Amino acid sequence: MDEASPPDRWQALRALTPARIALGRSGNALPTAEVLRFGLAHARARDAVHLPLDVGALVTDLAAAGFSALQVHSAADDRVRYLLRPDLGRRLSDASGQALEEHAGPGADLCFVIADGLSAVAVQKHAVALLRAFDAVAHGQWTRTPVVIAEQGRVAIGDEIGQRLRARLVAVLIGERPGLSAPDSLGLYLTHAPRVGRSDAERNCISNIRPDGLPYTAAARSLAWLVQEALRRGETGVALKDEGDVPLIGGDAR
Amino acid sequence: MTYSYSIGATRYGFADLRALLAKASPLRSGDVLAGLAAATAEERMAARLCLADLPLTTFLNEALIPYEADEVTRLIVDRHDATAFAELAHLTVGGFRDWLLAYEADAAVLARVAPGITPEMAAAVSKLMRNQDLIAVARKCRVVSAFRDTIGLPGRLAVRLQPNHPTDDARGIAASLLDGLLLGCGDAVIGINPASDKLSTFMQLWHMLDELIARFDIPTQSCVLTHVTSQIRGIEQGAPVDLVFQSIAGTEAANRSFGIDLALLGEARAAALSLGRGTVGDQVMYFETGQGSALSAGAHHGVDQQTCEARAYGVARAFSPLLVNSVVGFIGPEYLYDGKQITRAGLEDHFCGKLLGVPLGCDICYTNHAEADQDDMDNLLTLLGVAGVSYVMGVPGADDVMLNYQSTSFHDALYVREVLGLRHAPEFEAWLERMQILGPGGRVLDQPAAALLPLLDDLGRP
Repeated sequence: MDEASPPDRWQALRALTPARIALGRSGNALPTAEVLRFGLAHARARDAVHLPLDVGALVTDLAAAGFSALQVHSAADDRVRYLLRPDLGRRLSDASGQALEEHAGPGADLCFVIADGLSAVAVQKHAVALLRAFDAVAHGQWTRTPVVIAEQGRVAIGDEIGQRLRARLVAVLIGERPGLSAPDSLGLYLTHAPRVGRSDAERNCISNIRPDGLPYTAAARSLAWLVQEALRRGETGVALKDEGDVPLIGGDAR
Repeated sequence: MTYSYSIGATRYGFADLRALLAKASPLRSGDVLAGLAAATAEERMAARLCLADLPLTTFLNEALIPYEADEVTRLIVDRHDATAFAELAHLTVGGFRDWLLAYEADAAVLARVAPGITPEMAAAVSKLMRNQDLIAVARKCRVVSAFRDTIGLPGRLAVRLQPNHPTDDARGIAASLLDGLLLGCGDAVIGINPASDKLSTFMQLWHMLDELIARFDIPTQSCVLTHVTSQIRGIEQGAPVDLVFQSIAGTEAANRSFGIDLALLGEARAAALSLGRGTVGDQVMYFETGQGSALSAGAHHGVDQQTCEARAYGVARAFSPLLVNSVVGFIGPEYLYDGKQITRAGLEDHFCGKLLGVPLGCDICYTNHAEADQDDMDNLLTLLGVAGVSYVMGVPGADDVMLNYQSTSFHDALYVREVLGLRHAPEFEAWLERMQILGPGGRVLDQPAAALLPLLDDLGRP
């Protein structure tokens, strides 16, 4: 037992998790300061949902890292349509579909898609860093299409993009729903033999990619394992478990 | 078969039973998205007036999704109890509402007829009910389930302790877990949604929870909420699995999009039962559901989302679950647009589940792209507390830092217990008193319980 009183030691546990623990009480309720802290976080997350992706800046960042990029737009014209009509966010606009056909080429092992999803902030901050981390572990062993940037896109937009670019695998990097503690969480969805109509059970997901969540290197290693196994076994989804030896529990995540 | 109803000079036609149910449903964005919603407010009332006159037996004669095409339909039809239905067989849908609200329909009567009620009948009558009706009837239903404690007794409310962590860090999870226990949460289940998709991670979480529950002799159960196939593999490799979790939906095709079918759920249940880990009961299944999941998977067959949801409870009921909860606001504004729609859906889901005899809880929640906030959660929590909801979620500060959504908190549970006089599951309540977490009058004490301090010390140690 150390010298500190139990309440102090209890407060020290807050360092172990970003979760809102040891908040104290006013009767049964939260203390005023915590109610306001929560309200501010919610206000910021609400604002983040509606912040648009800065495509120009992303193209510049990709170019600086050595990636060429194509730009597409989903069939959802704007944010309100995107939020109310997920079907439109899963398909390319007619113009984008035709434009991709012209870039189809001979195909490749892997196509990366960067889609804004529900947090453009996540994509803006983490997508290029994750691609660089992947390059560091992939050692150029897989052929790739240009990176495709999709505005107002949902996960399944990768199916149409991968199909049109004749990719054997599509990896969609997408902004996850903003949380209060993490408005910038990046998700990654890998799909073998992408084509319109794939179900979510046919994908593998790596979620919560960000420096304070799953770090880039760990995510990149998991992805490399999934890519290797998906190409070897010819499938993704629930049949393909991530058994790569990247430790998560007690790791260096914080 | 087609249906129609005339209001004044206007005749409203409905192509089939699915269309009639969909157009009778209270307005929500998911049915609009699916192209199934009534075009006008008067058309919605025409559908309800038509539905009210429909005999309940219609639902036994006209399948919404064909028997041959859907194993959920086959499950509902094949398991229907005609004897239990006999005392309802003369009723119309409107008459069924009156019957449910009558004083004579008490807990014993409702339990007796439950096996005779199909999910479609429950969904249909709910569309004619106001929120107060949904609350009043659900409150009369008694659905009790048990594993290491007993959930669903009158005047009781359980809480799932949900100590998620963005990287599944064991000490981070334990810190949230301890916070929840000290505020009296965890009698429904200690359930972790892992961030990882790795079996090795799940194994560590199962062992960690098992050791904690054994060390402090906590009368509760653990669950790692991952895909059912991973849990079967875990059991095969010796994992101490209490409850098997799976997300389920109301159509065969939607379940297939989750990578499951009814046979797989049966296999998982048998595997968990084989471990014999329950003490006061052996209900080993934990299901989550939510309106909109079938449409989201492109697998709704033209059936409105609230009726699809009721069919998911038909699936749940076949596997004798300990816990079933709708995750009512998680799916987003394209299905439930705002606080009003989320509130209505939460009350419908709880009513339909309880009427069918399923131990329904609710993850009262919303995402940051929905038009809702914590005030809406307070409202629904209070309403569901009055309605006798079996359990709700306990998330630290209402903020799930792994799943990125807002639910109800440990503090919210304290609030609803106090204002409605709701007690814990009895075995867990006795444990809380023994550990000196609960003091006189059933309130949690301010100081951390001495008996849990060794855990605090372990966590504080690097």
